Amino acid sequence: MTAIDLGLPTLGGLEGVPTTDARQTAKDFTSDQEVRWCPGCGDYAILAAVRSFLPELGLRRENIVFVSGIGCSSRFPYYMNTYGMHSIHGRAPAIATGLSVSRPDLSVWVVTGDGDGLSIGGNHLVHALRRNVNLKILLFNNRIYGLTKGQYSPTSEVGKVTKSTPMGSLDHPFNPVSLALGAEGTFVARALDSDRKQLTEVLRAAAQHRGSALVEIYQNCPIFNDGAFDVLKEPGERERRIVPLRQGEPIRFGADGEYGVVRDPATGSLQVRKVAEVGEAALVVHDATRDDPSYAFALSRLGGQDLDYTVTGVFRSVDRPSYDDLARAQVEQARTAKPADLGALLRGKDTWTVE
Amino acid sequence: MTADVGSSPKVSHGAPAPGRPTEVRKLDRVVIRFAGDSGDGMQLTGDRFTSEAAAFGNDLATLPNFPAEIRAPQGTLPGVSSFQLHFADYDILTPGDRPDVLVAMNPAALKANIGDLPHGGTLIVNTDEFTKRNLTKVGYDSDPLEDGSLDAYTVHKVAMATLTRGALEETGLTKKDAERAKNMFALGLLSWMYHRPTEGTERFLREKFAKKPDIAEANVLAFRAGWNFGETTEAFAVTYEVAPASLPRGTYRQITGNTALAYGIVAAGQLASLPVFLGTYPITPASDVLHELAKHKNFGVTTFQAEDEIAGVGAALGASFGGALGVTTTSGPGLALKSETIGLAVMTELPLLVCDIQRGGPSTGLPTKTEQADLLQAMFGRNGEAPVPIIAPRSPADCFDAAVEAARIALTYRTPVLLLSDGYIANGSEPWLVPSVDELAPIEVDFATEPNAPDGSGEFWPYLRDPRTLARPWAVPGTPGLEHRIGGLEKAEGKGNISYDPDNHDRMVRIRQAKVDGIAVPDVEVDDPTGDAELLVVGWGSTYGPIGAACRRVRRLGMTIAHAHLRHLNPMPRNLGDVLRRYRRVVVPEMNMGQLAMLLRARYLVDAVSHTKVAGLPFKAEELQGVFTEIIKGVAA
Ligand code: SF4
Repeated sequence: MTAIDLGLPTLGGLEGVPTTDARQTAKDFTSDQEVRWCPGCGDYAILAAVRSFLPELGLRRENIVFVSGIGCSSRFPYYMNTYGMHSIHGRAPAIATGLSVSRPDLSVWVVTGDGDGLSIGGNHLVHALRRNVNLKILLFNNRIYGLTKGQYSPTSEVGKVTKSTPMGSLDHPFNPVSLALGAEGTFVARALDSDRKQLTEVLRAAAQHRGSALVEIYQNCPIFNDGAFDVLKEPGERERRIVPLRQGEPIRFGADGEYGVVRDPATGSLQVRKVAEVGEAALVVHDATRDDPSYAFALSRLGGQDLDYTVTGVFRSVDRPSYDDLARAQVEQARTAKPADLGALLRGKDTWTVE
Repeated sequence: MTADVGSSPKVSHGAPAPGRPTEVRKLDRVVIRFAGDSGDGMQLTGDRFTSEAAAFGNDLATLPNFPAEIRAPQGTLPGVSSFQLHFADYDILTPGDRPDVLVAMNPAALKANIGDLPHGGTLIVNTDEFTKRNLTKVGYDSDPLEDGSLDAYTVHKVAMATLTRGALEETGLTKKDAERAKNMFALGLLSWMYHRPTEGTERFLREKFAKKPDIAEANVLAFRAGWNFGETTEAFAVTYEVAPASLPRGTYRQITGNTALAYGIVAAGQLASLPVFLGTYPITPASDVLHELAKHKNFGVTTFQAEDEIAGVGAALGASFGGALGVTTTSGPGLALKSETIGLAVMTELPLLVCDIQRGGPSTGLPTKTEQADLLQAMFGRNGEAPVPIIAPRSPADCFDAAVEAARIALTYRTPVLLLSDGYIANGSEPWLVPSVDELAPIEVDFATEPNAPDGSGEFWPYLRDPRTLARPWAVPGTPGLEHRIGGLEKAEGKGNISYDPDNHDRMVRIRQAKVDGIAVPDVEVDDPTGDAELLVVGWGSTYGPIGAACRRVRRLGMTIAHAHLRHLNPMPRNLGDVLRRYRRVVVPEMNMGQLAMLLRARYLVDAVSHTKVAGLPFKAEELQGVFTEIIKGVAA
């Protein structure tokens, strides 16, 4: 078993996808289907952000595909005037993998949720990430099951009281960013439904990334888990809790930038300290392109299930050949090496003739 | 009684061949079984003998039989692996019920197989393994080679390991490495006994071990040593010739069912001018299809070994959505996992080829043994009304045609299609009259390119149907103006938007059923040579060989019998009802508990008798002959 270097150049995320000069607006990406999420659902904000961000990519609409699983978020494709498939529970990354491998001319997006992507479809998600298939995966995390009317999800906090857990949930939640980094995802980011500016920045970076891009989007479900992210939105609280990442800049937050992230020399883990105490020079300068995922992982561990410190922005963005490029290169290599002679294949090496 | 035709092999005596002191007898057919420990290389030995027989022009059929464990404990009964080969100078249908010659490499192989050797049969034993310890291990109190218990057979005791070691003395190989080549010694000896050509095997060994020339040489030496042992010792007074078979004219090769299936998939892609995308997960006995297809990327074949069965079929469906021929391969347990995605393919009406190489079930069951018990799973194993066309090949070579046909239906009608092969034909092999490529009919695929709304709105309606096939348009991403969304929720007829309307659902369920029911399949042909049989045997899939062989035997006994074999299980041939009603009795032999019989009884109100066996092994012609004659006598009485 030998590894073969296919010698592929690094490509942009949208390389091979036909573009258009025609002016596009959010309206061009809006289908004729009535949006049927509950009033006030965070999904509306995300839909609006995606519709209004897509025109700037300048891609031909017909070359964009949204694939989803099952859940509230997975209705997303119906509302986009692109190609789309609303598939079955948890399987969107697998279906999108087949599509992406066979069609280099498509920009393929996966829309999933915390239940769809981390529970029933957890296996497909981690494998898509490790393979680095050229998919943009938007994981709407509302920390609850919405479509089935309010059971706890794999991202719900321990002790969550829901219909299925009247005495409080027992299982330890996933941190989707940690999970994606553990699977060696090459692009991992987090944003909030309510922060259009940062969400758009993150989507833009994801689109340009070649390979799997996982974007966790905190999304409020006003019906079954209302206010789950309120602490990240309330003035006074949000400054103290949200740790925004900016490439090449020291990681600093707080109303007056009074907090910063430093490395603990003893354990190598990251910690939040008052800048006044440690000095500005001690702050970690964010670099999402570090090949070793442990730095990004340490960032993802800064906060816990109570959203005390919530890091947002791009945790990791590194180059690694994407699975679909490699798979197509193998087919091309085989085609060049050997003509497709069906007759010769069927006859094989040992034949005999009956006269 | 071992022949297909219900007689012992026909023998004619001839003069010794020049340079051969032994007497040469001509036979019309022989069944040889090689049996040994899983580590003894019996499958390879059988394969090589098969290739020699094929190259010589015999008709042949093979039955490999091996344990699920890769290396079960050495020398034990569960570790026994065997390979049975039937070759003849006429067209045969099965690997034979019982061997004429049994090669037993150790006491376990003897014990596990001797019951199948008819009295008077030839037994060739590797005596080196008959130690006290090995005998005890399998429960022999005394040495069967010495205690007279094998007196009913012609026994040849050959110290194969010792002789092989002797032949390889010069090579400098260790004792253990040298003894490992003893299977080639056995092959050499049998090749001598049956006048087989040897060049092919020597060439094969040199190629197989090209990177280890000393091992290649050792195997060639052992092979020759076996041959010379036959030639020079006087133990073997007779050798046998089986003349080439007179098969239809053309170019032949030997092929296993799984290879033929893989070639059929490659061919379907070529005939449809579509890339092939195989999404799959390794599972016995289907993995060889993946291995084979992975070698043929030059035909535009992508193979994707997914993280599980579900992802395999999911990726295949994703590729189909993108305009490729999506294929997935599996066995029973994997098919269970794929059912939800197959349902999605039914709902989204996309082409998808699902190949189930059936094995013994339920659950993990008997991974390396054969069974036909997934028919009802294929037919009904999904939630909701989810009809899926089903095709079953009847022999190893037929897997090629079945795969092409299945792909043709999937692409023409935009539907998942289930192909039901099984372990028996997947691993078994036979000569294949290689088709000429230009005789294969192209598969027409028309992608939608234009809006189709009948109201002139310029819209694209993804669920507007071709009135002839009821297929919906296949509009692949990248086609401007045809942007649309599909999915697992019920769709409104025509426009394809989500619809919860009761009448629409009722209509869509019926349309999906009508689409599958309306697939054009050829009428079933009945083999009823005299035209006056009263008993009709109906089979499907891999039982074709044993049923056909049993029918020949019954006719030899002066009775009449008819045989109809179903390739299309869904929809069934249009003439099937008439055929069933033409006969006084109908019997349905199956390697399951009567699944086809249940379908026939339900659909056609016919009082079909079910004959079943679920032993992990194919039917023997002999037992079916007994079943059929009993019924015929019953009808006459
Ligand atoms: S249940 Fe919650 S997540 Fe689902 S649509 Fe309503 S508000 Fe949104």
